[in-house]
Amino acid sequence: MQGAAGATKAETEAAPVETREPAPPAPPAAASEAGARRRAKTIEARGVDLYYGEFQAVEDATVTIEPNKVTALIGSSGCGKTTFLRSLNRMHELTPGARVEGDITLDGQDIYAPGIDPVQVRRLVGMVFQSPNPFPTMSVYENVAAGLTLNAGRVKKSEKDEIVERSLRGAHLWNEVKDRLDRPGSGLSGGQQQRLCIARAIAIEPEVLLMDEPCSALDPVATLAIEDLIRELKNRFTIVIVTHNMQQAARASDVTAFFNIEESGRPGRLVEIGSTETIFTGPSEKATEDYVSGRFG
Amino acid sequence: MQAPGDKASPLVATLGGGVLPGWAPYGVVAGSALFAAAVLLGAGAFSVALLLVASTVVSCLAIYLWSRAVEGRRRAFDRLVTFAVVAAFALALVPLLSLLFEVAKRGLPGLDWEFLTGSPRGIVGGGGAAHAIVGTVVITGVAAVISVPIGIMAALYLTEYGGGRLRRALTFFVDVMTGIPSIVAGLFAYALFAIFLGPGIRLGVMGSVALSVLMIPIVIRSSEEVLKIVPNDLREAAYALGTPKWKTIVKVVLPTALAGLITGVMIAVARIVGETAPLLVTTGVVDSINSNPLEGRMQNLAVYAYSEYRTPGVMKEASYDRAWAAALTLIAIVMILNLVARLVYRRYRTEIR
Repeated sequence: MQGAAGATKAETEAAPVETREPAPPAPPAAASEAGARRRAKTIEARGVDLYYGEFQAVEDATVTIEPNKVTALIGSSGCGKTTFLRSLNRMHELTPGARVEGDITLDGQDIYAPGIDPVQVRRLVGMVFQSPNPFPTMSVYENVAAGLTLNAGRVKKSEKDEIVERSLRGAHLWNEVKDRLDRPGSGLSGGQQQRLCIARAIAIEPEVLLMDEPCSALDPVATLAIEDLIRELKNRFTIVIVTHNMQQAARASDVTAFFNIEESGRPGRLVEIGSTETIFTGPSEKATEDYVSGRFG
Repeated sequence: MQAPGDKASPLVATLGGGVLPGWAPYGVVAGSALFAAAVLLGAGAFSVALLLVASTVVSCLAIYLWSRAVEGRRRAFDRLVTFAVVAAFALALVPLLSLLFEVAKRGLPGLDWEFLTGSPRGIVGGGGAAHAIVGTVVITGVAAVISVPIGIMAALYLTEYGGGRLRRALTFFVDVMTGIPSIVAGLFAYALFAIFLGPGIRLGVMGSVALSVLMIPIVIRSSEEVLKIVPNDLREAAYALGTPKWKTIVKVVLPTALAGLITGVMIAVARIVGETAPLLVTTGVVDSINSNPLEGRMQNLAVYAYSEYRTPGVMKEASYDRAWAAALTLIAIVMILNLVARLVYRRYRTEIR
């Protein structure tokens, strides 16, 4: 059932978008569970400068985030990875005094163009946060359905049930919670809560999924579960993940971008972006090599 | 440093030190009380207050010296401070308990069925306080209806929207408003209504407006505190799902803070339900039951207690009894509100990590 639903969605979503490049082959593990591929959207950032008031956090970042791939942002603390991530779904501007300069486009559409509603952008570009944050007043079911009930207005109960089940299966959580959907979401374990948040994010079928250190509060087993999930989710979404864990970047991502900061108080810069293999085995910048080999940071 | 295992090591000595028996604190208090009583009786200056003060001082000293001899300096000081803290707590409770006891003792004789259900209209030196109870409920209820939406929305503005200078100014004025003398609020309401309805006007709703002036800042303050502790994570989670700000507030922030908001409102109501001065000038004194806040004077419990005491009728004692009974009823209402607030809090509180 879930596979079929995924396929219909994939076709309708993919149809109007012209194919820009051949999609990378799906990993074998994904094909069984995640259902059919769909082509998600590309994000292009050109010359992006990010500020908090007078302080410039990121300078001149130019990144192309390719569809249906996992892009990892790595770098030491305070180098602007999370700030950059939050600019991709217009969450950055929620901080008082924060502003964005430069272009960020989603499949060619400038998401900062006048007349673009940030609320609509966030429906297309979902986000998972560092610490699991299920809504404490809502049950597991309501948490997953939150995106629908908070935004879409009336959704038929049967349709909602189906979306909740599909999203929970997609987040590898269905079997663990199917008997306690009406219990509070905050009663789950940390790893389960994080997967619940992923289910909540994918329930509204965004194009892009941003993950801000999704495993930093989790134990190694829960981390591996989330990494498996990430590899599978890229069949349907474009994924950007911020991580401090270099093994995680190496294991889970296809493309890695390295951010660095020369000294504190200076803006962070994008040093290098390339395929994960290149970044970890033969980076062209000295700083990248030092960082990935653990010589600093 | 001495070698580990050395019997003379200070560490071992401390660990092996003596310990007072479990009954020691109680024993010390009882002994000190007896000792103080004996000394005071011997000196011929016995009184309950002196006994309490003397036995507190003596027991603090005694426990310190005893513990110092057996357990050493650090533990002795610990016991001394424990005694001092408990004594301070007891001291804080004394006026409260004595007040409750006094009001109950004097109020219970006047508190009967007639008091709760009858009105004094046309009865010389008798009748009940039903008109005052109805008035208290109506005036306070209308005040809450006015204050709660204004207060919570103002708190929402301060926590979710406001920023910079305007926010700071508002916070400042809210703080100033919490300190307004209640009679000023009453005069404000009177002056406001007198503009439109002429001087000498007395209405239940005027009292509600006066009480709102007192209640709104309390509601704003308590709601603001509660809304502030709603984790920002939850707001961001809602935004990241593409939820508009107003819906995030209505569906995520307010439900999460619900228990705290209700508790804050209950406490604000408990705070204003006993106001007397502003109601004297706005709702007036009257003998009949009036449940319409928009017409005519309205009695309430605090003003009733005041006027029964100030202008007792022919039978003075009966009037005084009724004044105490009214005070007791008021305290009972406040207590019930507080209990309800606690129950609501327990029932609806949200676990916020």
